[in-house]
Amino acid sequence: MTIRHHISDDLLISYAAGSLAEGWSIAVATHLALCPACRRRLTVAEAVGGELLDTMEDEASVDQSWASVRSRLQQPETAAARQSSVGHSGGLPEPLRSYVGGDFDTLKWRPLGRGAYQIPIKTGDRETMVRLLRIPAGKPVPEHSHGGRELTLVLAGSFHDGTGLFARGDLEDADASLTHQPVATPEADCICLAVTDAPLQFRSWIMRAIQPLLGI
Amino acid sequence: MNRPTGVDDGSDMRELLCAVGARRDIEAYEQLFRHFAPRVKAYMARTGGNGQQAEELMQETMIAVWNKAERYDPAKGAASTWIFTIARNLRIDAFRRERRPEFDPEDPAFVPDDVAPADAELDMRETSEQLHHAIAALPAEQASLLKLSFFEDQSHSAIAQRLNLPLGTVKSRMRLAFDKLRAALARSGDVS
Ligand SMILES: [Zn+2]
Repeated sequence: MTIRHHISDDLLISYAAGSLAEGWSIAVATHLALCPACRRRLTVAEAVGGELLDTMEDEASVDQSWASVRSRLQQPETAAARQSSVGHSGGLPEPLRSYVGGDFDTLKWRPLGRGAYQIPIKTGDRETMVRLLRIPAGKPVPEHSHGGRELTLVLAGSFHDGTGLFARGDLEDADASLTHQPVATPEADCICLAVTDAPLQFRSWIMRAIQPLLGI
Repeated sequence: MNRPTGVDDGSDMRELLCAVGARRDIEAYEQLFRHFAPRVKAYMARTGGNGQQAEELMQETMIAVWNKAERYDPAKGAASTWIFTIARNLRIDAFRRERRPEFDPEDPAFVPDDVAPADAELDMRETSEQLHHAIAALPAEQASLLKLSFFEDQSHSAIAQRLNLPLGTVKSRMRLAFDKLRAALARSGDVS
């Protein structure tokens, strides 16, 4: 498998820092499961975090803390040796599989119209909308206007979006300025994870009323 | 950024952590503790905790270091990197309502490394010093952005708003900084 579309530096650094919202992080972590090259980049980003941690000031005395921690130390259990994996099963990778609660053959798809299906995925953050999409072979991705950032990770099949081909493991990072019309390639249905900025919530009914006029 | 001279060049910390992992060496652990505990506490305080929370999370982190030391692999990175990731994950558990999704190397769908372990070992052994110098050599605006990213628990768009900069500028400075750091490591025979 050759992945051509990778995680951008700013996403990777936010993920390494632990400040990236859960929704975006699902796409990033699932790409990492499929991409050894980005895992090496993550190692560098985490080393930067370690180096910055190491250069923090350390004025406080830790004698008291040491006494407290010393008394709490126990003999840890030896970690059970885990079986190493064979890899490349081609199924839904973790952490995504746990979020949707199954693999390709057990997914409960909901119709989205025009032959497309989706599975909404719940997260603890309020800033993103996360779902698994299944686009029929040869068909365009439905309802595709978005006002903010959108991450699309291909898990099966592939799509074309005018700029290039996206296949399993490829991550498309689109912002509001990019107008694109992804179309699934004709060989097979395309299954991808789509993470977008959550739709804006307007409190006032006036804003809700004019929202369609503003096109947002 | 200042570093106490003669205390640590990174490799000492690796050896201490390995000694804890291999032999439960309490003296090695105490040295690690005295080095990292104040830093981890400062990190916790800076990323959102009050003094009491920061102390508790620091203790939790350092106890996790003791418990998990066996799993530390010096070939994969510096002791500071490993301890940073433990502290980061405990911080997310404590302060955020979200989970941190992570890949699982034991997952059958996981695609294993394509580089031989022997080469990888060569890679991350000597990185601390190079990285230290490369960060020190960054232009001030790139270095401070990097620190904000790691210590403020804010999205890059929130950081951009706070600094009154376009998001594109924040992203491009981040990319420039990260490029330089990776290049510095690549020159030392490391990841490309
Ligand atoms: Zn990648």
